[in-house]
Amino acid sequence: MKRSTFFAFVAPSVVLMLVFMAAPLVSVLIQSFYLTQNVFEEVTVESCTPGFPNPVCTEEIQSRRVLDENGIPVTETSFVGWETYRVLLQPEAVAEAFSVGGGGVSALLDIDFYKAARFTITFTLITLPFVIGVGLLIALAVNNAIRSLRGPVIFISLLPFIITPVIGALSIRWLFVGDGILTAALEGILNEDIAVFAHGWAFEILMMFYRVWHVAPFAFVIFYAGLQTVNQDTLESAIVDGASRFERLRYVIIPHLMPLIVFVALIHLMDAYRAFDEVIGFRSEAHRITLQWLTFNFLTPDDSGNRAISRASAASMLTMLGIVILLIPPLWRTWRDHRGR
Amino acid sequence: MSQPQAEALRQPLSLRLTSGVFLVIWMLIAAFPLFWITVMSFKLPVDSFAANPLSVIFGPDTRAEVGGLSPLDIVLGIVGIYFAIRFARHLAALARMVSIAGQAWLGWIVAVLIYTIAVLVFFVGIVPAVSAGLRDALGGGFLLDPILGATLTHYYSVWVENTFYHQFINSLIVTAGVVLISLTVGTLAAYAIARTGSSIAFWLLIAALIFRALPHSVLVAGYLPPFVNSREILMPLWESGAVGWFFQLFGDEPPTLYGRHWAVIIVLVSINQPFTIWMLRSFFMSIPAELDEAARVDGCSHFQAFRRVIIPVMWPGVITTGLFSFLLAYNDYLVTSLLLDAQSQTMVPAISGYFNRETTTTDQVEAVAAAVSIIAPLFILIMVFQRQIVSGLTAGAVKG
Repeated sequence: MKRSTFFAFVAPSVVLMLVFMAAPLVSVLIQSFYLTQNVFEEVTVESCTPGFPNPVCTEEIQSRRVLDENGIPVTETSFVGWETYRVLLQPEAVAEAFSVGGGGVSALLDIDFYKAARFTITFTLITLPFVIGVGLLIALAVNNAIRSLRGPVIFISLLPFIITPVIGALSIRWLFVGDGILTAALEGILNEDIAVFAHGWAFEILMMFYRVWHVAPFAFVIFYAGLQTVNQDTLESAIVDGASRFERLRYVIIPHLMPLIVFVALIHLMDAYRAFDEVIGFRSEAHRITLQWLTFNFLTPDDSGNRAISRASAASMLTMLGIVILLIPPLWRTWRDHRGR
Repeated sequence: MSQPQAEALRQPLSLRLTSGVFLVIWMLIAAFPLFWITVMSFKLPVDSFAANPLSVIFGPDTRAEVGGLSPLDIVLGIVGIYFAIRFARHLAALARMVSIAGQAWLGWIVAVLIYTIAVLVFFVGIVPAVSAGLRDALGGGFLLDPILGATLTHYYSVWVENTFYHQFINSLIVTAGVVLISLTVGTLAAYAIARTGSSIAFWLLIAALIFRALPHSVLVAGYLPPFVNSREILMPLWESGAVGWFFQLFGDEPPTLYGRHWAVIIVLVSINQPFTIWMLRSFFMSIPAELDEAARVDGCSHFQAFRRVIIPVMWPGVITTGLFSFLLAYNDYLVTSLLLDAQSQTMVPAISGYFNRETTTTDQVEAVAAAVSIIAPLFILIMVFQRQIVSGLTAGAVKG
């Protein structure tokens, strides 16, 4: 294929990716160093209350937004350097938390950014082994099942993966919320009043459960496809060599699936790090938040209709750092393979 | 296979039992939350949030107040569902039958419409009419009296009173736009990448992989300021001489991109591009290159070869990729909730409006009904396209 033909074919796609993915990245980086604020002016207001013989008047200085001739608040944008990052990361508060008499880690986790980072990271790492383990178990069990049952089993297994994530999370939340059916069942068993959503840790466990429920089917489908290509000769020779069932799993099947396990792990790390829908579905923002939700929250208009664009940009740049760290090892490997070819 | 090997491969009963039990438990866990919210959505709030699971399922209060399903309805319903499922698997044949002027996608749209209308007419029209008629004629009886409380009031208030169909139409516009554009752009790029050995293609794929990992909120943080202010930003283009004349053909003044469907469509298409390219590339790799080389020898240009030889054989891959583009656009919360306004809102972000005012139990059940309405099309989607979804998931991983 000639180079010009190649470029003609890929041009629309490349232009889209440049304009809507690469360009926003650059503009977010720039935005994170600038701050757009409403311009305030100080005015002296005299307010009087009726009194005798003269009204009692007080003068006070108020600051209010400057409006232009159309009644729209005037804004000004200024370069603030690392200021926005400082507001997010609060290095002074961190230093104070770890100084003598500080609150230590718990004080650190009161700061939104660290709270979000802590939860996102533990969430990603704890769900990872469960996703792979449960996916592998389902794949092995389905592979064991009677052939005619496999279709329906795959259909039901796909449900949690395909349905809208926010609604998947909501559906689990509704089982526990207030007097939801599972809360009622727990209360019946333990014979005491339980409010599941009063505890941060309950959110945390349910959000992790939801994520495993949502992603395990994906792992299952991948592993199940991999199981179909296990080399039967190797399996048979393992049997001849007297390998037990577990040894065959450990030394033949798992190594065969290893590339797929790595693939699933990579996809899961990328996706779980971007966790967001859980916070919306479980409405856990008062207890547990994720990094992507933090950015989302800054981008949502507040009561006066302003978006904290600058802080959102800084937060998303910090989130990006994590992605970069996550991606370096696989990219390094791909590049080595490519060069070796 | 010799005797001892067959012996060793045969599994002891305990293992088979464990694996069977595990599978049953998994299926229960996988389906239960969805099954339960579906059941809840048909009950009055008293029953939906009852502590006893049996009263949620049978809904005694719902039955007493608004009636419900009789054994006859249930039998008819099960028969109906059975045929609906069987028929769903033959949708492709129907699509081929009604395809207009050889346009497969038009046929699909017509087929899905016919199917949806037929199912709705059967379950909402025919079944209640038949059983009500029989009840009036025979004056009741065990088979005709309701035993399962059920009501459609919440669906009625969601779709008719709260005009959820606006959001449904918005969702339809956004998803259709995303699927069509991302497939068009994606197939061209993926075909070129699959058919060239140059290292630019490799770097494009790596760049796509990096873009795939980007959190969407990062991108939205980049879009929001220019989208909100696009009128002022684009003004110079409209006001400058010859260029301005060209742009004024599109409208008297520059558009505000915020809250526009097509702006969100373009954004979602771009977000989806990396994935589309990767997936379609693996499908094009499986189409032998000799096919288009033969067409080239016969005197076709690259584009002609693509149009006449590749397009006819690429449909399985395109349908699978289209399914995943559809899911991305349909399920998205983050992008659509930030870039669309109240009028142009799609279904999934609109549901947050329900649970934000979740004050009474009626509101809660209405939220449940809205949620079930959103996932119902996905349910049918899996039923019809299960094989394509599985092959799509494995295409990227197993082939590398």
